Amino acid sequence: MERAWYQIALDVLKANGVSLIPYVPDNVLKPLIAAIHADPYFHAFTVAREEEAVGIVAGAWMAGTKGMVLMQTSGFATLANVLASLPCAFQIPVLLMVSERGTLGEFNQGQAAVWRTMRPTLEALAMEHHVISRLDECEFIMDRTIRQAHLTQLPAALILSPLLTGGKAVTRQVTA
Amino acid sequence: MTAAHNAKRMYRFDLMQRLVARLEHEEAVIGGIGNTNFDLWSAGHRPQNFYMLGSMGLAVPIALGVALAQPKRKVFAVEGDGSLLMQLGCLATVATLAPKNLAILVLDNGMYQITGGQETPALRADFAAIARGCGLVGAAWAADEADFERQVGQCLASDGPHFIAVKLDDQPPVTQTERDPPQIRDRFMRGMGAKRSKLPG
Ligand SMILES: Cc1ncc(C[n+]2csc(CCOP(=O)(O)OP(=O)(O)O)c2C)c(N)n1
Repeated sequence: MERAWYQIALDVLKANGVSLIPYVPDNVLKPLIAAIHADPYFHAFTVAREEEAVGIVAGAWMAGTKGMVLMQTSGFATLANVLASLPCAFQIPVLLMVSERGTLGEFNQGQAAVWRTMRPTLEALAMEHHVISRLDECEFIMDRTIRQAHLTQLPAALILSPLLTGGKAVTRQVTA
Repeated sequence: MTAAHNAKRMYRFDLMQRLVARLEHEEAVIGGIGNTNFDLWSAGHRPQNFYMLGSMGLAVPIALGVALAQPKRKVFAVEGDGSLLMQLGCLATVATLAPKNLAILVLDNGMYQITGGQETPALRADFAAIARGCGLVGAAWAADEADFERQVGQCLASDGPHFIAVKLDDQPPVTQTERDPPQIRDRFMRGMGAKRSKLPG
Protein backbone atom coordinates (compact mmCIF):
# COMPACT_ATOMS: atom_id res chain seq x y z
CA MET A 1 0.00 0.00 0.00
CA GLU A 2 1.17 3.54 -0.74
CA ARG A 3 2.45 5.52 2.21
CA ALA A 4 0.35 8.52 3.24
CA TRP A 5 1.97 12.00 3.07
CA TYR A 6 2.53 12.07 6.82
CA GLN A 7 4.29 8.70 6.79
CA ILE A 8 6.55 9.96 4.04
CA ALA A 9 7.22 13.12 6.07
CA LEU A 10 8.07 11.06 9.15
CA ASP A 11 10.48 8.84 7.20
CA VAL A 12 12.18 11.82 5.53
CA LEU A 13 12.63 13.65 8.84
CA LYS A 14 14.26 10.55 10.32
CA ALA A 15 16.47 9.98 7.30
CA ASN A 16 17.73 13.54 7.66
CA GLY A 17 18.27 13.35 11.40
CA VAL A 18 15.54 15.88 12.20
CA SER A 19 14.27 14.96 15.64
CA LEU A 20 13.16 18.10 17.51
CA ILE A 21 9.61 19.11 16.58
CA PRO A 22 8.05 22.10 18.37
CA TYR A 23 4.66 23.04 16.98
CA VAL A 24 1.40 24.93 17.25
CA PRO A 25 -1.22 22.45 16.10
CA ASP A 26 -3.39 22.42 13.02
CA ASN A 27 -6.17 20.02 12.15
CA VAL A 28 -4.61 18.93 8.88
CA LEU A 29 -1.31 18.18 10.66
CA LYS A 30 -3.07 15.91 13.18
CA PRO A 31 -1.95 12.57 11.67
CA LEU A 32 1.66 13.76 11.36
CA ILE A 33 1.68 15.12 14.92
CA ALA A 34 0.21 11.84 16.20
CA ALA A 35 2.75 9.75 14.29
CA ILE A 36 5.65 11.87 15.55
CA HIS A 37 4.47 11.66 19.15
CA ALA A 38 4.12 7.88 18.79
CA ASP A 39 7.73 7.51 17.63
CA PRO A 40 10.37 7.74 20.37
CA TYR A 41 12.92 9.01 17.82
CA PHE A 42 11.26 12.43 18.00
CA HIS A 43 10.96 15.03 20.75
CA ALA A 44 7.73 16.83 19.90
CA PHE A 45 5.94 19.41 22.03
CA THR A 46 3.59 22.35 21.75
CA VAL A 47 4.70 25.96 22.21
CA ALA A 48 2.70 29.10 22.92
CA ARG A 49 3.71 30.90 19.71
CA GLU A 50 5.34 29.90 16.43
CA GLU A 51 8.06 32.53 17.04
CA GLU A 52 9.11 30.60 20.11
CA ALA A 53 9.49 27.44 18.04
CA VAL A 54 11.73 29.26 15.55
CA GLY A 55 13.98 30.30 18.44
CA ILE A 56 14.05 26.77 19.86
CA VAL A 57 14.97 25.15 16.54
CA ALA A 58 17.61 27.83 15.88
CA GLY A 59 19.21 27.30 19.30
CA ALA A 60 19.07 23.52 18.98
CA TRP A 61 20.74 23.55 15.57
CA MET A 62 23.58 25.72 16.82
CA ALA A 63 24.11 23.12 19.54
CA GLY A 64 23.99 20.13 17.21
CA THR A 65 20.36 19.00 17.10
CA LYS A 66 18.21 19.31 13.98
CA GLY A 67 14.58 20.37 14.20
CA MET A 68 11.53 21.48 12.27
CA VAL A 69 8.58 23.69 13.23
CA LEU A 70 5.04 22.61 12.34
CA MET A 71 2.35 25.26 11.92
CA GLN A 72 -0.57 26.40 9.82
CA THR A 73 -0.60 29.35 7.42
CA SER A 74 -1.81 31.75 10.11
CA GLY A 75 1.17 30.76 12.24
CA PHE A 76 3.57 31.51 9.43
CA ALA A 77 2.02 34.97 9.14
CA THR A 78 3.29 35.81 12.64
CA LEU A 79 6.92 35.11 11.75
CA ALA A 80 8.37 37.67 9.30
CA ASN A 81 10.36 39.59 11.93
CA VAL A 82 11.99 36.62 13.64
CA LEU A 83 12.70 34.79 10.37
CA ALA A 84 14.41 37.86 8.94
CA SER A 85 16.47 38.65 12.01
CA LEU A 86 17.36 35.14 13.26
CA PRO A 87 17.62 32.29 10.70
CA CYS A 88 18.00 34.56 7.65
CA ALA A 89 20.50 36.98 9.20
CA PHE A 90 22.50 34.37 11.14
CA GLN A 91 22.27 31.70 8.41
CA ILE A 92 20.61 29.02 10.49
CA PRO A 93 18.66 26.23 8.75
CA VAL A 94 15.36 26.54 10.59
CA LEU A 95 12.89 24.28 8.78
CA LEU A 96 9.19 25.10 8.63
CA MET A 97 6.37 22.76 7.61
CA VAL A 98 3.25 24.79 6.93
CA SER A 99 -0.19 23.29 6.52
CA GLU A 100 -1.82 25.47 3.91
CA ARG A 101 -5.12 27.00 4.96
CA GLY A 102 -7.01 29.72 3.12
CA THR A 103 -7.14 28.32 -0.38
CA LEU A 104 -8.81 25.58 -2.48
CA GLY A 105 -12.05 25.41 -0.56
CA GLU A 106 -11.50 27.72 2.40
CA PHE A 107 -14.65 28.64 4.31
CA ASN A 108 -13.13 31.26 6.64
CA GLN A 109 -12.49 34.64 5.05
CA GLY A 110 -9.90 35.49 7.71
CA GLN A 111 -7.86 32.43 6.76
CA ALA A 112 -8.15 33.30 3.07
CA ALA A 113 -6.84 36.83 3.75
CA VAL A 114 -3.91 35.50 5.78
CA TRP A 115 -3.08 32.99 3.03
CA ARG A 116 -2.46 35.84 0.58
CA THR A 117 0.40 37.12 2.75
CA MET A 118 2.40 33.88 2.83
CA ARG A 119 4.07 33.71 -0.59
CA PRO A 120 4.90 37.44 -0.79
CA THR A 121 6.50 37.14 2.66
CA LEU A 122 8.56 34.09 1.68
CA GLU A 123 9.62 35.84 -1.53
CA ALA A 124 10.56 39.02 0.33
CA LEU A 125 12.65 37.00 2.79
CA ALA A 126 14.28 35.22 -0.18
CA MET A 127 13.56 32.00 1.69
CA GLU A 128 13.65 28.68 -0.14
CA HIS A 129 10.11 27.30 -0.20
CA HIS A 130 8.27 24.54 -2.02
CA VAL A 131 4.63 23.61 -2.25
CA ILE A 132 3.91 19.91 -2.08
CA SER A 133 0.73 19.03 -3.92
CA ARG A 134 1.31 15.46 -5.15
CA LEU A 135 2.01 12.31 -3.22
CA ASP A 136 4.47 11.04 -5.83
CA GLU A 137 6.59 14.19 -5.41
CA CYS A 138 6.32 14.37 -1.65
CA GLU A 139 9.44 12.41 -0.70
CA PHE A 140 11.67 14.08 -3.28
CA ILE A 141 10.66 17.65 -2.42
CA MET A 142 10.81 17.12 1.34
CA ASP A 143 14.12 15.28 1.29
CA ARG A 144 15.89 17.63 -1.11
CA THR A 145 14.61 20.79 0.58
CA ILE A 146 15.71 19.62 4.02
CA ARG A 147 19.10 18.49 2.74
CA GLN A 148 19.69 21.75 0.91
CA ALA A 149 18.74 23.79 3.97
CA HIS A 150 21.26 21.93 6.13
CA LEU A 151 24.02 21.99 3.51
CA THR A 152 23.62 25.70 2.72
CA GLN A 153 22.81 26.70 6.33
CA LEU A 154 19.68 28.57 5.26
CA PRO A 155 16.07 28.33 6.43
CA ALA A 156 13.40 26.73 4.24
CA ALA A 157 9.64 26.20 4.22
CA LEU A 158 7.64 23.21 3.02
CA ILE A 159 4.04 24.08 2.25
CA LEU A 160 1.53 21.24 2.38
CA SER A 161 -1.15 21.99 -0.23
CA PRO A 162 -4.74 20.82 0.27
CA LEU A 163 -4.14 18.91 -2.96
CA LEU A 164 -1.80 16.70 -0.92
CA THR A 165 -3.53 16.61 2.46
CA GLY A 166 -7.18 17.05 1.52
CA GLY A 167 -7.16 20.29 3.49
CA LYS A 168 -10.06 21.39 5.61
CA ALA A 169 -13.09 22.25 3.51
CA VAL A 170 -16.85 22.57 3.84
CA THR A 171 -19.05 22.09 0.85
CA ARG A 172 -21.86 24.50 1.58
CA GLN A 173 -22.47 27.84 3.25
CA VAL A 174 -23.28 27.46 6.91
CA THR A 175 -26.14 29.76 7.90
CA ALA A 176 -26.06 31.11 11.40
CA MET B 1 3.52 53.12 42.64
CA THR B 2 3.93 50.08 44.84
CA ALA B 3 6.61 47.62 43.83
CA ALA B 4 5.83 43.94 44.24
CA HIS B 5 9.23 43.42 45.84
CA ASN B 6 12.03 45.45 47.38
CA ALA B 7 15.02 44.31 45.34
CA LYS B 8 17.99 46.66 45.11
CA ARG B 9 18.55 48.37 41.76
CA MET B 10 21.84 47.07 40.40
CA TYR B 11 24.22 47.85 37.52
CA ARG B 12 23.80 45.56 34.49
CA PHE B 13 27.48 45.55 33.52
CA ASP B 14 28.50 44.66 37.06
CA LEU B 15 26.02 41.78 37.12
CA MET B 16 27.20 40.50 33.73
CA GLN B 17 30.79 40.54 34.99
CA ARG B 18 29.74 38.66 38.11
CA LEU B 19 27.86 36.08 36.03
CA VAL B 20 30.71 35.52 33.55
CA ALA B 21 33.23 35.21 36.40
CA ARG B 22 31.27 32.24 37.74
CA LEU B 23 31.26 30.29 34.46
CA GLU B 24 33.98 27.66 34.61
CA HIS B 25 32.48 24.81 32.58
CA GLU B 26 31.81 26.32 29.16
CA GLU B 27 28.24 27.17 30.08
CA ALA B 28 26.23 28.67 27.20
CA VAL B 29 24.86 32.20 27.58
CA ILE B 30 22.24 33.64 25.22
CA GLY B 31 22.06 37.44 25.40
CA GLY B 32 18.76 39.09 24.43
CA ILE B 33 18.43 41.97 21.99
CA GLY B 34 20.17 45.25 22.69
CA ASN B 35 21.71 46.45 25.90
CA THR B 36 21.41 43.02 27.47
CA ASN B 37 23.83 41.38 25.06
CA PHE B 38 25.96 44.54 24.80
CA ASP B 39 26.92 44.23 28.45
CA LEU B 40 27.36 40.47 28.12
CA TRP B 41 29.81 41.23 25.30
CA SER B 42 31.51 43.95 27.34
CA ALA B 43 31.99 41.54 30.24
CA GLY B 44 34.38 39.59 28.00
CA HIS B 45 33.60 37.56 24.91
CA ARG B 46 33.44 33.79 25.33
CA PRO B 47 32.91 31.33 22.46
CA GLN B 48 29.89 30.04 24.39
CA ASN B 49 28.08 33.40 24.16
CA PHE B 50 25.36 34.05 21.59
CA TYR B 51 24.32 37.64 20.95
CA MET B 52 20.88 38.32 19.46
CA LEU B 53 20.67 41.16 16.94
CA GLY B 54 16.91 41.09 16.44
CA SER B 55 14.16 38.51 17.08
CA MET B 56 13.11 40.46 20.16
CA GLY B 57 11.90 38.12 22.90
CA LEU B 58 13.64 34.96 21.71
CA ALA B 59 16.55 34.72 24.18
CA VAL B 60 14.69 32.17 26.32
CA PRO B 61 13.50 30.02 23.38
CA ILE B 62 16.99 30.01 21.82
CA ALA B 63 18.48 29.02 25.18
CA LEU B 64 15.81 26.33 25.55
CA GLY B 65 16.82 24.90 22.17
CA VAL B 66 20.47 24.81 23.23
CA ALA B 67 19.52 23.22 26.57
CA LEU B 68 17.47 20.50 24.88
CA ALA B 69 20.26 19.77 22.40
CA GLN B 70 22.95 19.52 25.09
CA PRO B 71 21.41 18.34 28.38
CA LYS B 72 24.82 18.11 30.08
CA ARG B 73 25.69 21.77 29.50
CA LYS B 74 24.27 24.53 31.70
CA VAL B 75 22.57 27.23 29.63
CA PHE B 76 21.70 30.78 30.71
CA ALA B 77 19.17 33.00 28.93
CA VAL B 78 19.77 36.66 29.78
CA GLU B 79 16.75 38.71 28.73
CA GLY B 80 15.44 42.26 29.14
CA ASP B 81 12.07 42.90 30.77
CA GLY B 82 10.61 44.51 27.65
CA SER B 83 11.77 41.58 25.56
CA LEU B 84 10.40 38.94 27.92
CA LEU B 85 7.04 40.74 27.94
CA MET B 86 6.80 40.04 24.22
CA GLN B 87 7.14 36.30 24.71
CA LEU B 88 5.78 35.52 28.19
CA GLY B 89 4.33 32.24 26.94
CA CYS B 90 7.83 30.80 26.69
CA LEU B 91 8.00 30.64 30.49
CA ALA B 92 5.09 28.18 30.48
CA THR B 93 6.83 26.14 27.80
CA VAL B 94 10.04 26.02 29.85
CA ALA B 95 8.13 24.99 32.97
CA THR B 96 6.32 22.25 31.05
CA LEU B 97 9.47 20.81 29.46
CA ALA B 98 11.44 21.41 32.68
CA PRO B 99 14.99 21.25 31.29
CA LYS B 100 17.25 20.74 34.29
CA ASN B 101 20.14 22.64 32.71
CA LEU B 102 18.36 25.92 31.88
CA ALA B 103 18.50 29.15 33.89
CA ILE B 104 16.65 32.33 32.97
CA LEU B 105 17.93 35.71 34.11
CA VAL B 106 15.62 38.69 33.60
CA LEU B 107 17.13 42.18 33.69
CA ASP B 108 14.30 44.49 34.69
CA ASN B 109 14.97 48.20 34.26
CA GLY B 110 11.27 48.95 33.83
CA MET B 111 11.90 50.47 30.43
CA TYR B 112 12.84 50.02 26.80
CA GLN B 113 16.24 51.55 27.43
CA ILE B 114 17.81 51.07 24.03
CA THR B 115 14.97 52.81 22.20
CA GLY B 116 15.05 55.86 24.43
CA GLY B 117 14.04 54.78 27.90
CA GLN B 118 10.28 54.64 27.44
CA GLU B 119 8.37 52.93 30.27
CA THR B 120 7.21 49.36 29.62
CA PRO B 121 3.53 48.55 30.21
CA ALA B 122 4.58 46.26 33.09
CA LEU B 123 5.16 48.78 35.86
CA ARG B 124 2.87 46.86 38.19
CA ALA B 125 4.02 43.42 37.10
CA ASP B 126 6.22 41.09 39.12
CA PHE B 127 8.31 38.92 36.81
CA ALA B 128 9.24 36.36 39.45
CA ALA B 129 5.54 35.96 40.31
CA ILE B 130 4.70 35.60 36.60
CA ALA B 131 7.36 32.90 36.29
CA ARG B 132 6.03 31.09 39.36
CA GLY B 133 2.53 31.34 37.92
CA CYS B 134 3.82 29.65 34.77
CA GLY B 135 5.16 26.80 36.85
CA LEU B 136 8.76 27.87 37.52
CA VAL B 137 8.26 27.34 41.22
CA GLY B 138 11.64 28.57 42.49
CA ALA B 139 11.58 31.89 40.63
CA ALA B 140 12.82 34.75 42.80
CA TRP B 141 14.12 38.32 42.79
CA ALA B 142 17.76 38.84 43.67
CA ALA B 143 17.77 41.20 46.64
CA ASP B 144 21.28 42.58 46.03
CA GLU B 145 24.63 41.62 44.49
CA ALA B 146 25.43 39.02 47.14
CA ASP B 147 22.03 37.41 46.70
CA PHE B 148 22.53 37.46 42.91
CA GLU B 149 25.84 35.61 43.34
CA ARG B 150 24.16 33.11 45.66
CA GLN B 151 21.35 32.44 43.17
CA VAL B 152 23.75 32.10 40.23
CA GLY B 153 25.67 29.58 42.34
CA GLN B 154 22.43 27.67 42.86
CA CYS B 155 21.78 27.64 39.11
CA LEU B 156 25.22 26.15 38.56
CA ALA B 157 25.06 23.64 41.39
CA SER B 158 21.50 22.32 41.23
CA ASP B 159 18.91 21.13 38.74
CA GLY B 160 16.61 23.71 37.17
CA PRO B 161 14.88 25.17 35.40
CA HIS B 162 15.88 28.24 37.38
CA PHE B 163 14.59 31.81 37.15
CA ILE B 164 16.23 34.90 38.62
CA ALA B 165 14.87 38.42 38.19
CA VAL B 166 16.98 41.49 38.98
CA LYS B 167 16.07 45.16 39.20
CA LEU B 168 18.43 47.42 37.27
CA ASP B 169 19.43 51.04 37.63
CA ASP B 170 19.35 53.24 34.54
CA GLN B 171 23.03 53.23 33.55
CA PRO B 172 23.69 52.77 29.83
CA PRO B 173 25.66 49.84 28.36
CA VAL B 174 29.45 50.03 28.28
CA THR B 175 30.02 49.25 24.58
CA GLN B 176 28.18 47.59 21.72
CA THR B 177 28.49 44.04 20.41
CA GLU B 178 30.24 43.62 17.03
CA ARG B 179 27.36 43.05 14.64
CA ASP B 180 28.30 40.20 12.32
CA PRO B 181 25.53 37.59 12.62
CA PRO B 182 27.07 34.65 10.68
CA GLN B 183 30.35 35.15 12.57
CA ILE B 184 28.51 35.22 15.92
CA ARG B 185 26.72 32.02 14.93
CA ASP B 186 29.91 30.34 13.71
CA ARG B 187 31.83 31.13 16.89
CA PHE B 188 28.95 30.00 19.06
CA MET B 189 28.67 26.69 17.21
CA ARG B 190 32.37 26.08 17.74
CA GLY B 191 31.92 27.03 21.39
CA MET B 192 29.16 24.42 21.60
CA GLY B 193 31.33 21.81 19.91
CA ALA B 194 28.68 21.60 17.18
CA LYS B 195 31.00 22.69 14.39
CA ARG B 196 34.58 21.85 13.58
CA SER B 197 36.66 23.74 11.07
CA LYS B 198 40.29 23.91 10.12
CA LEU B 199 39.90 27.66 9.71
CA PRO B 200 40.58 29.83 12.76
CA GLY B 201 37.40 31.08 14.48
C1 LIG C 1 9.35 43.13 17.47
C2 LIG C 1 10.15 44.32 17.80
N1 LIG C 1 9.57 45.42 18.29
C3 LIG C 1 10.30 46.51 18.61
C4 LIG C 1 11.64 46.50 18.42
C5 LIG C 1 12.49 47.73 18.80
N2 LIG C 1 13.24 47.44 20.01
C6 LIG C 1 14.51 46.99 19.96
S1 LIG C 1 15.16 46.73 21.47
C7 LIG C 1 13.77 47.27 22.22
C8 LIG C 1 13.67 47.39 23.71
C9 LIG C 1 14.17 46.19 24.45
O1 LIG C 1 13.77 46.35 25.78
P1 LIG C 1 14.36 45.47 26.92
O2 LIG C 1 14.40 44.06 26.52
O3 LIG C 1 13.67 45.80 28.19
O4 LIG C 1 15.90 45.94 27.01
P2 LIG C 1 16.53 47.37 27.36
O5 LIG C 1 16.55 48.16 26.10
O6 LIG C 1 15.70 48.02 28.42
O7 LIG C 1 17.89 47.03 27.82
C10 LIG C 1 12.77 47.60 21.28
C11 LIG C 1 11.43 48.10 21.64
C12 LIG C 1 12.22 45.34 17.89
N3 LIG C 1 13.54 45.23 17.66
N4 LIG C 1 11.47 44.26 17.59
